[in-house]
Amino acid sequence: MATTTRRRAKPAENAAPEPTQEELLHYYKEMLLIRRFEEKAGQLYGMGLIGGFCHLYIGQEAVVVGMQAAQLPGDSVITSYRDHGHMLACGMEAKGVMAELTGRAGGYSKGKGGSMHMFSREKNFYGGHGIVGAQTPIGTGLAFAHKYKKDGCIDVCYLGDGAVNQGQVYESFNMAALWKLPVIYVIENNKYAMGTSQQRASAGELYLRGSAYGIPGKQVNGMDVLEVKKAADEAVAYVRGGNGPMILEMKTYRYRGHSMSDPAKYRTKEEVNKMRSEYDCIDHLKSLLFTKGYADEESLKVIDRDVKAVVTEAADFATNSPEPDASELWTDILVEA
Amino acid sequence: MPIDILMPALSPTMTEGKLAKWVKKEGDTIKAGDVIAEIETDKATMEVEAVDEGTLAKILVPEGTENVAVNTAIALLAGEGESASDVSAAKAPAAAEAPKAEAPKEEAKPAAAPAAPAVKAPVAPPPSDEDRFFKNTQTMTVREALRDAMAEEMRKDGSVFVMGEEVAEYQGAYKVTQGLLQEFGPDRVIDTPITEHGFAGLAVGAAFGGLRPVVEFMTFNFSMQAIDHIINSAAKTLYMSGGQMGCPIVFRGPNGAAARVAAQHSQEYSSWYAHIPGLKVVSPYSAADAKGLLKAAIRDPNPVVFLENEILYGHSFEVPTDPDFIIPIGRAKIERAGTDVTITAFSLQVGMALAAADKLAEQGISAEVINLRSIRPLDVHTIVESVKKTNRLVSVEEGWPFAGIGAEMSAVMMEHAFDYLDAPVVRVHGKDVPMPYAANLEKLALPQVDDVVTAAKAVLYR
Repeated sequence: MATTTRRRAKPAENAAPEPTQEELLHYYKEMLLIRRFEEKAGQLYGMGLIGGFCHLYIGQEAVVVGMQAAQLPGDSVITSYRDHGHMLACGMEAKGVMAELTGRAGGYSKGKGGSMHMFSREKNFYGGHGIVGAQTPIGTGLAFAHKYKKDGCIDVCYLGDGAVNQGQVYESFNMAALWKLPVIYVIENNKYAMGTSQQRASAGELYLRGSAYGIPGKQVNGMDVLEVKKAADEAVAYVRGGNGPMILEMKTYRYRGHSMSDPAKYRTKEEVNKMRSEYDCIDHLKSLLFTKGYADEESLKVIDRDVKAVVTEAADFATNSPEPDASELWTDILVEA
Repeated sequence: MPIDILMPALSPTMTEGKLAKWVKKEGDTIKAGDVIAEIETDKATMEVEAVDEGTLAKILVPEGTENVAVNTAIALLAGEGESASDVSAAKAPAAAEAPKAEAPKEEAKPAAAPAAPAVKAPVAPPPSDEDRFFKNTQTMTVREALRDAMAEEMRKDGSVFVMGEEVAEYQGAYKVTQGLLQEFGPDRVIDTPITEHGFAGLAVGAAFGGLRPVVEFMTFNFSMQAIDHIINSAAKTLYMSGGQMGCPIVFRGPNGAAARVAAQHSQEYSSWYAHIPGLKVVSPYSAADAKGLLKAAIRDPNPVVFLENEILYGHSFEVPTDPDFIIPIGRAKIERAGTDVTITAFSLQVGMALAAADKLAEQGISAEVINLRSIRPLDVHTIVESVKKTNRLVSVEEGWPFAGIGAEMSAVMMEHAFDYLDAPVVRVHGKDVPMPYAANLEKLALPQVDDVVTAAKAVLYR
């Protein structure tokens, strides 16, 4: 465990119980849902039903599914603009997310936010933010609110390997450490900040970026949902225990371009293919399920069909939901006092 | 049912492209995520991945075809249990029925949006009974009034807290938060590091999380470090969330020129923030304004930018003693009634306008002075009603003229009072230069009483 301080309480490293069949099947279904959802979103984008920017999460599913599995109801989640997977993992309905992507009245933001700006107070998902890094102080503020209200909850704040070079991230680290705020910063390092590789943009190791503030950091294989879950369990216990923030750097990979219109010429096809064929989080879990005798081709086909039905229903809803009424142009600008 | 594979749009602006290459052949098995073809757009060559599984039954558009329109069926995919020959026989290439709904067509645009509120007649300001509170008053400074407003709201609502640089142990850089730490403790009166971008964002997150932060900027000059969170995070999120994510927060602190602190520390921000839908912008003049408006701002469910003035902090005014005294945001105050010319001003410039009105009275000119108090929403109704009477308007502000509050006043007159004007609007404002340090130049850069007098006489052709 690569903690960067010895003086602080160390995150608990108790031997975690083996994941049950039920848990593994749940992770499988959740990751598959995100992947199939994103593939469908890519297709709808291709059909012109989704406009603007659309950043797909394909390849990174293990990160959010493993993190979410370690959280408790009431914990808040916030991320940047590659956010569809986070919303599904938080339990937001695929229909509402997809309908927001298509800019329809049935979307989570009534069609007024789009892919990058969706929220659900009910599910404690606080966005969906389009400005790289801006979610970091906001997530830190959600953690501040948890501490202020003494509600026992924590915030999980996702940021990318691009966002870690924004100054406001360090302003947040400083205050979170100073005030021992209950926040886990999950750096989803998919190796490329749009088209700029980590090597070309970031000096040093990302999980050590909190070390000057005494924030422990850990590097995690983000392509393996069980490793993510194990690290998440430790971090959640540490942070919920009142020890202040923690950083988890998830080494992950996105298979698609930065956004739908990115031809991804900054990396080789071989690199992408190698990640897909050798490190895919869903394939990996699938073989584990087979090895353990927890599933066979037939039982996974049932899950596949269920997931496909959810995604198809979401796409139907998202294409049939009406566009927002013209009167919506003028609503939600201010809360009526 | 066989599935049409459609020519995809691969950027926000693509309408057609070249089908450069088929990576899969007819008869190939396809899994979701497989690359099936390559397409050239105007910008790049992109790969097309399959979404559905099956067998590539028939290629409808051969590779090398140019100008293939988005959403043209380019191939047919046979599903499980279907054979390629079934598909070819059963389905004519043109019958594209798989996508149930089409992309919204250009011509299917929504009907003309409802008229913007701007072209409607000015709405009457929110009702106020503030006058009745002035029966019992006490003299206090603007500084004390602001402190009392915060203290009273903090006593009333446990979710209200104050944060900023030097607000707690130092008692406020300008002593506005004096005594709050002693009464409310360090959990609710929070000294921050010098980290405006960070604490503004943190406070927005706290507001999303159910608290009511009062954020002090030591001066509003430093709010430029934080402006992304004020605008992109605090002001816009309610709209972007379809009404879910209200942000009850106050950003307050001294605004505009103090004295002899030069360009970076002497800037007036009202027009910057008033430009933004989703923000309220308030700028008090008197101690009563300060108290009544700050209480309203803290109770408001929206982000409020509260622009104070360092020079006014030490000025004393009569303030109602009734703890229920509050001034609704959006209501201007006629500080001095008059008949010949209307002078609008806010913050320190209200004092300038009142002094000018005294001088004008000596010359037989009756000026009506309107203290705007609220910049956004602007009390257009009160201003227009005044101009209907005086037929002349002078706008006074400390800030720069270009796209400033005076420019907005002129537009308001065009839209709502054109037929009542007997003279063009005249703007009195800070000179269009960065604030100089030298005492003589600084004085030249700022509006003076005589500038207001000259402007008032100009609109009266005297």
